[in-house]
Amino acid sequence: MRLEIRGVHFNYGSTPALEDVSVEVGEGEVVSLVGPNGSGKTTLLKCINRILSPQRGTILLEKRDVSKVSLKELARLAGYVPQSAARSFPTTVFDTVLLGRKPYLGWAVSARDKDVALNLLRSMGMEDMILRDFNELSGGEKQKVLLARALAQEPAVLLLDEPTSNLDLRHQLEVMDLICSLAKGNGVSAIMAIHDLNLASRYSDRVILLKKGLVYAAGEPGSVLVPENIREVYCIDTIINEDSGKPYIIPLAPCHTSPPAEAVQQG
Amino acid sequence: MRASEAKELYSKFTTRKIVFILAGLGSLAAFTLFTVTIGSAGLSLSDVAHALFARIFPFSNIESTHLADVVVWKLRLPRIVMAVVGGAGLAVSGAIMQGVTRNPLVSPFTVGVSSAAAFGASIAIVLGFGLIGGESYIVMTNAFVFASIAAFLVYGLARIRGVTGETLVLAGIALMFLFSALTSLLQYFASEEQLQAVVQWMFGSLSGASWENIVTASILLFLCLPFLMKYSWDLNAIASGGDEIAKSLGVNAPRVRVVCLILAALITAGIICFTGVIGFVCLVSPHIARLLIGADHRFLLPCSAVLGALLLLVADTVGRNIISPVTIPVGIVTSLIGVPFFVYLLMTRRKEYWI
Repeated sequence: MRLEIRGVHFNYGSTPALEDVSVEVGEGEVVSLVGPNGSGKTTLLKCINRILSPQRGTILLEKRDVSKVSLKELARLAGYVPQSAARSFPTTVFDTVLLGRKPYLGWAVSARDKDVALNLLRSMGMEDMILRDFNELSGGEKQKVLLARALAQEPAVLLLDEPTSNLDLRHQLEVMDLICSLAKGNGVSAIMAIHDLNLASRYSDRVILLKKGLVYAAGEPGSVLVPENIREVYCIDTIINEDSGKPYIIPLAPCHTSPPAEAVQQG
Repeated sequence: MRASEAKELYSKFTTRKIVFILAGLGSLAAFTLFTVTIGSAGLSLSDVAHALFARIFPFSNIESTHLADVVVWKLRLPRIVMAVVGGAGLAVSGAIMQGVTRNPLVSPFTVGVSSAAAFGASIAIVLGFGLIGGESYIVMTNAFVFASIAAFLVYGLARIRGVTGETLVLAGIALMFLFSALTSLLQYFASEEQLQAVVQWMFGSLSGASWENIVTASILLFLCLPFLMKYSWDLNAIASGGDEIAKSLGVNAPRVRVVCLILAALITAGIICFTGVIGFVCLVSPHIARLLIGADHRFLLPCSAVLGALLLLVADTVGRNIISPVTIPVGIVTSLIGVPFFVYLLMTRRKEYWI
């Protein structure tokens, strides 16, 4: 197993965000974390990355306890792709990707560091943009650069926080294709928080459905993304179309059988 | 584009930055020599050259007049070298503080270091009270000690809520107002003469520069600078992505922030305790550097230093010659010259860098 999460609990103050969460991700596997706002998707990603420290439970990356490795080693094991990039001082695309080599760099940049960054940008068709200012890129281009930066860390596991939330349809598909081809081609595992159930269904090997910090259901998309589960967790009625081989979820309306306040916890 | 072309493009980009910094250093050296030759003493170029070389090569037979020797080595050069060291140090300090707080409006002013120094100096001037040193040094030592105290106070306050960029800036602004109020209080009770001395100090001036001051300021600058340069990549990570991203890249952002903040504050304190408050150069030099060569701290720090030194030197040269023999304090001229130049750069900025 690349990533083993065992019985993780996390509270923000007295508010529990994760309760007894256990997840395993194998080599080259793409796993989606789905669930309503506030169900703990992002919190779980941040625990893996040690941006947050869980109160209980262990997280093993490549059999190593993430709470015990140095930050630098952790950065070589896990690459993190944020939801969107904050605006920053002007930096070129190439320098942004080179930052992904930080866990390997001394002060000087080696030829290998440059090769890694360049090959990633080429594989995304962005080699013509290497000297562009990152801030001036479109949302889709930025997301690809951030993905390239995380991949430049040469991680065993990619952590993605809603990688498609700011993207148009074409870029959504491009980014997801890229993640899947990396998983299948290079064996990089990916675990991502994602809101779009149809993208999750189409691109993931497994889906983990979270409800208020608990794993409500986990398994292949077809077994997890069924109307009963979605109704219970999101409190909406859906119909599922299986023409494409993967479940395609068509939301109909919020259901009123259970109180909505229960499902829509604070985000 | 082929891989080799892209790589070449990037290495040219890096080379251009290095060439730019070296060219800046060259012009700084040239301008430094030029400024030695101008002043109200009416020395000719050859007088100045003789005076310079007579001391640099003491065993050669170059003769110099006593007047030229005093004007060049006691009056002009200390002032000029202090402008170079001070401008460089303040600019580096500003670049660091903007980087670690990810905030382009921050400078040693905003984190309270300058107003604390002013308060320290005011205590010495108004109350005649000094923490360390003899009568003639208490203004400087007080300014230095209070500036350092401010840096540690900011850190202490920020630490209670976690050392993020925002808490540093907020704690710094709070301290700035506190020390400004305390200084005003002292001014309120000061005599006419003392009041003038305080205001004079707060203008920022290079008139008091001496070789001892320069050595002290330089030692602090050159001790701290290598450490700051070493953190270049960590600063890049913090400045470009923020704390969470920096952490995911293996950078301990709070620790880097604290170390860099304290070092930058020390550099600032080591300069403004001799010169008084010279504010604008530390805010604007890093911005000019970023507009010209980008935000990679490996190049940004040396480039800011060169530009800061140039800006302060040009400002002081203008200040002491424009309505000679009256010297306008350098703090005032820096803003008068720097603002139009900065606005010009901002308005004409292209999408890519200048070089």
